[in-house]
Amino acid sequence: MSILIKGLKIINHNSTEEGNLLIEKDTIKAITKETPQAKEIIDLSGLVAVPGLIDMHVHFRDPGLEYKEDIISGSQAAVAGGVTTCLPMANTKPVNDNSTITKYMIEKAKQCGLIDLYPIGAITKGMKGEELTEMGDMLEAGAVAFSDDGLPVMNSEVMRRALEYIKTFGSFIISHSEDKNLAGKGVIHDGKVATITGLKGIPAEAEEIMIIRDILLAKATKSRIHIAHVSTKGSLKLIKWAKEEGIDVTCEAAPHHFSFDENCLLDYDTNYKMNPPLREKEDLEAIIDGLKSGIIDAIATDHAPHHRDEKFVEFDNAAFGITGLQTLIPLTLKLIKDNKLTWQDFVRLTSYNPAKILKFSDKGELKAGKKADITIIDPDFTYLFDNKINKSKSTNSPLFGKELTGIAKLTIKDGKIVHKL
Amino acid sequence: MTYTKKDLVGMKNLTKDEILFILDQAEKFKEINKREVKKVPTLKGKTIVNLFFEPSTRTRTSFEIAGKRLSADTINFSSSSSSTTKGETLIDTVKNIESMSSDIFVVRHAYSGSVKFIAENTKAGVINAGDGTNEHPTQALLDLLTIKEHKKKLEGLNVAIIGDITHSRVARSNIWAMNKLGINVKLFGPKTMLPKETTPFGCYIASNMDEAVEDCDVIMMLRIQKERMSTVLLPSDREYAKFFGLNKAKLKKAKNDCIIMHPGPINRGVELSTELADCKQSVILDQVENGVAVRMAALYIVANNI
Ligand SMILES: [Zn+2]
Repeated sequence: MSILIKGLKIINHNSTEEGNLLIEKDTIKAITKETPQAKEIIDLSGLVAVPGLIDMHVHFRDPGLEYKEDIISGSQAAVAGGVTTCLPMANTKPVNDNSTITKYMIEKAKQCGLIDLYPIGAITKGMKGEELTEMGDMLEAGAVAFSDDGLPVMNSEVMRRALEYIKTFGSFIISHSEDKNLAGKGVIHDGKVATITGLKGIPAEAEEIMIIRDILLAKATKSRIHIAHVSTKGSLKLIKWAKEEGIDVTCEAAPHHFSFDENCLLDYDTNYKMNPPLREKEDLEAIIDGLKSGIIDAIATDHAPHHRDEKFVEFDNAAFGITGLQTLIPLTLKLIKDNKLTWQDFVRLTSYNPAKILKFSDKGELKAGKKADITIIDPDFTYLFDNKINKSKSTNSPLFGKELTGIAKLTIKDGKIVHKL
Repeated sequence: MTYTKKDLVGMKNLTKDEILFILDQAEKFKEINKREVKKVPTLKGKTIVNLFFEPSTRTRTSFEIAGKRLSADTINFSSSSSSTTKGETLIDTVKNIESMSSDIFVVRHAYSGSVKFIAENTKAGVINAGDGTNEHPTQALLDLLTIKEHKKKLEGLNVAIIGDITHSRVARSNIWAMNKLGINVKLFGPKTMLPKETTPFGCYIASNMDEAVEDCDVIMMLRIQKERMSTVLLPSDREYAKFFGLNKAKLKKAKNDCIIMHPGPINRGVELSTELADCKQSVILDQVENGVAVRMAALYIVANNI
């Protein structure tokens, strides 16, 4: 079974070329200017081919909260958004803190067959922040990293031991950096809009204090830490410092944090309620700079589906989070259109770097011999993000019902077409 | 009619003309409250529901009296903010009561923005009787009416608002309104009770009590939520009274005819010394009295727009 896709602009993190992609079985056979024989020939002249996107941070709510999302609907949203590899966080119900649940998640994703799913295991049992989970056993079952994401590990000793312990296995810890005491009952950023709306604020320092703690613990243990959803200018300064010190730290930013700022909350729209909260204009600009300069290693969506009932309530009672898989491409392309990023940056941030962080040697590049995980993007396609387009079970996105530009036209995983618009 | 909205959600979204219009109406209704028979048929046949998701005897009573003086049927519904009982959501509750042909909801709720949320999801007129730490517009209006009566003008006055600014919906509503009316507002309170970013208020932030009080026409003391005192915002009542409370000595810095206001209930000896609370310059009971007229005006205006 071979497929030839013609007329593409083929983009890698370090190259851009015009050509055709020849796929054989699950592998990229060739990138060529020729037109070799193939069973299926698809002409996508003028569209852009990038390595299948890797989203290091999603919430699939399966097991336990399938009414918001399950692994099947999550997979469908992923491929419709051009994402071929997803790492779901451990805050399922029950928590993914043992190999049985890890295996269940992987198995269900395999049966669905749309994406590669690598679970993030919990750092602590029940995400209670107290006792370490059986990380070795979960790694054997297919987990790739560990995080209590959704909750911080408040106890510094527990975090220290987790970092020490994981070193044995060559994996790493993902930090949800939030000082819960300082964040208090805050629901939005502690800034001007909190003053205007009377909504309780979460200071930037709630994030920054924990980032510096975790960086210092990574330094002390000579272990590896990845900082999830960085949202403040100060956080980036701390991470930059850590990288200069040679501490083994990487980080990610979510598209909403480089697309929206706190001013979106002036009307109390719960679709903009997320954690970490939307920050100030200055923070947004710092994130864009960080994406460009390389301080930020990856873009991850923090796809956080919630049922309408959990958002159609008083702001304080509304759930934190926004869906993200299908808006990753349009929101990131906006930065390319605004000349803030290049296409090569896009690839570096959405697949090349994530593959490196996760040690997926066969992903992250469009090259002969690599796995045929490919996303073909129509950057100029304009459409309404509505029920027809949305594949998630949830619609908690401020972009739902709005016009977007840029979409995954064709998504290929393991040489198979898993999404076609 | 200068005011065309079906709701009164906050001072933030009102124009200067709208504010002055409501005050004018309130002055007219004040006259009714002085009659022997304090009742007019203006809202006869209308149903007003006081939806209180947070307890408040004073505000509720004031709205209830206002409704009754306009001959409306006023009904009280109270429930706690967290008890969206048996899984019922806030909007379920509102829709339920709306379907019993309610015309106006007067809403008090513990969360900021929740009254706006209700107003957007009901056909009934909605008056905000306090939402979280966001707004309490009728309180600001009764404060303004009281100031206007005593000072015969609003523009150009110097007003100090002192106390827990961050958690005060009274402060917010007053600040938004006073800015629009050309009143100079100074703010003061312990730093733990001032928002991190005060620039949106556009007010001068005083650095001590003397500076706050200096040259004031009006001093508005805010209520300290005693139940909050146990947290880390304040060391003690005593410490608060010493540095942030108003007493006779500190008042000397203000203009001679400065009036003292407080939204009540007062923590005597904390925000205000008893001698000041009951002195000639204190207009605290005028505020309460004006509350009824302002709420009659608000109900009347909203009823005309639904
Ligand atoms: Zn998180």
